[in-house]
Amino acid sequence: MRGALLAIRRRRLLLLGAAALCLLATPALLLPDFVTYDLAYAGVYAIAILGLVLLTGFSGQISLGQGAFMAVGGYASAILVATSGWSFYLTLPVAGVLATVVGIVVGIPAARLTGIYLALATFALSLAAPALLKEAVPLTNGARGIVVSSASPVGPLSQEQSQYLLCWGVAGVLLVVAVNLLRGRFGRALMAVRDSEAAARSSGINVPLYRAAAFGISAFCAGVAGALLSDLAGFVNPDSFGPQLSISVLVGAVVGGVGSMLGPVLGALFVEFLPIRAQDIPRIGTAAPAVIEGLLLILVVLMAPTGLAGLLARARGWARGWVVRHRPRATGPRGVEPPPAELRGVAMVIDARVAEETEVRQ
Amino acid sequence: MRQLAQQVVSGLASGGIFASLALAFVLVHRAMGVVNFAQGEIAMFTTFIAWSLLETGMPYAAAFLLAVVAAFAIGVGVERTVIRPVERGPVLATVIVTIGLATVFNGLAGAIWLYMLKAFPSPFPARTVTVDGVAISDQDLGLIGTSLVVMVLMYAFFQHTRIGLVMRAAALDPVTSRLLGVRVGWMLALGWGLAAMVGAVSGMMVAPVVFLEPNFMQTVAIYALAAAVLGGIDSALGAVIGGAVVGVTVNLVGTYLGSIGASLRLVVALAIIICVLVVRPSGLLGRPDAQRV
Repeated sequence: MRGALLAIRRRRLLLLGAAALCLLATPALLLPDFVTYDLAYAGVYAIAILGLVLLTGFSGQISLGQGAFMAVGGYASAILVATSGWSFYLTLPVAGVLATVVGIVVGIPAARLTGIYLALATFALSLAAPALLKEAVPLTNGARGIVVSSASPVGPLSQEQSQYLLCWGVAGVLLVVAVNLLRGRFGRALMAVRDSEAAARSSGINVPLYRAAAFGISAFCAGVAGALLSDLAGFVNPDSFGPQLSISVLVGAVVGGVGSMLGPVLGALFVEFLPIRAQDIPRIGTAAPAVIEGLLLILVVLMAPTGLAGLLARARGWARGWVVRHRPRATGPRGVEPPPAELRGVAMVIDARVAEETEVRQ
Repeated sequence: MRQLAQQVVSGLASGGIFASLALAFVLVHRAMGVVNFAQGEIAMFTTFIAWSLLETGMPYAAAFLLAVVAAFAIGVGVERTVIRPVERGPVLATVIVTIGLATVFNGLAGAIWLYMLKAFPSPFPARTVTVDGVAISDQDLGLIGTSLVVMVLMYAFFQHTRIGLVMRAAALDPVTSRLLGVRVGWMLALGWGLAAMVGAVSGMMVAPVVFLEPNFMQTVAIYALAAAVLGGIDSALGAVIGGAVVGVTVNLVGTYLGSIGASLRLVVALAIIICVLVVRPSGLLGRPDAQRV
């Protein structure tokens, strides 16, 4: 019985996965290259936001410093490609691992801080990163940054299509890994730490260890995102990883929804396309993105704290309720006609047998 | 030696600037235990209001006072509309709302006053006194004096007035205060209003030193944050001491570390924030944070 259920769920999952893949692949082939390119950027944001959602949404640690970890990954990849001649694809895991190490180093002292103090410390980190990058000239080439030639496209695809598929492919893999990670023992422990540190500790969870690990995982995502960003932009410089980037990632996480795995995708699309659209508003021109972004950020926190993903879930629940309420009265659950009166006894017997069987199997 | 003394004096002067904005951070943190990331931007916005008033030919004193009153209104208004719904919620919500506010004020200032540099007059005469070879300008003295005056006023307000006492009670124990008839929500709004006033004063002190443009308070806000954290983010005296220490340290680093010093000033301030938070989160004079489980 359970096996059958699982098989159905697995088939549904496979179908969902296939549908998602098709959805992902279509824009790359149908849309003009500049839109595909913007979408690739959104993929990078999705990865960085995923890292922040894991950290803030699931381990309860506020971080305003995601841009600093992206800088580690971005510079690692750019240096390896530009000066050591590595293939860009090989630098991705290296960037991720390096950022993870930095993340854990930051996470160990950060585990002692909570709430507003952690927000302050990570904010300081995001501000310090560009200044430090400007000073470490031998490694980073200072304010001028490093130019990298983007990786050559795969097969018959154009540069943008190839980048798009890479970014969203990586985002998809990381999302699936994150979902599985959160479903298991690790995720439960993390959420326990978030909900009550004292309760988690008294159930034998090593709180500082989990906090630092969450920082490491979050930094891994940021590092990979930073590396992809360096390939997309074709260069890295200290200002590409300034506090504005950290704030954009935070905005994406909050607007998308910090408690959901759909959040990063929705938040990334929002952060990438809002400034582009808002610039078209006449008269207020360049100030519009900032004002709209800020107002939306406030509105989301006040009115929809679960973000777009939460709104979507609520809409789905509402729609389901509507369907149930408007179903014709005569039919039973799931639209099955109630059996004729003379067969009811038989049905009851069958039901009882099924119940017995399941009991035995379990 | 003389150069050192000179750098210490000008460091103290910038410390005065940092201290006055740090006092604004302290006011909000005292009232509700959060840091207002929009504090610098609100100060920037009210300084622009003062600039517009001055442009109409209004005398400095009147423009100064009106800008401070406008700042109070903005602070109270902001607290009542967008902070109030999250004031008992998680810290993350408040932090995000204040970041949103910072973005909004910055964008608004850009839309209204554009991004061109504007000169802002100083209230202090441009005289310089030389003491033993060390030049001390009235500007320096004015900046140090202003932060001390603001601190003393704050101290007097909280320790020697009824409303100050009520505000302290509301922050310390909101539930009991409410039972005793204190309108806790309005006390928090008052705290935000006062913080915005103090911020406006610091904005109008900074603007003559640097030029006026929508981003001019951002670096100052970071140094002020470092000062507030160093002093213990609950303590007014701590904020002033922190301001002086940060001002002098940053100035000495800028002078004596040669070419890298200039751009490392910010890093030093941020290192101060991180070190204090990790080693002693309550700072020099703050009360340690205890949590009931």
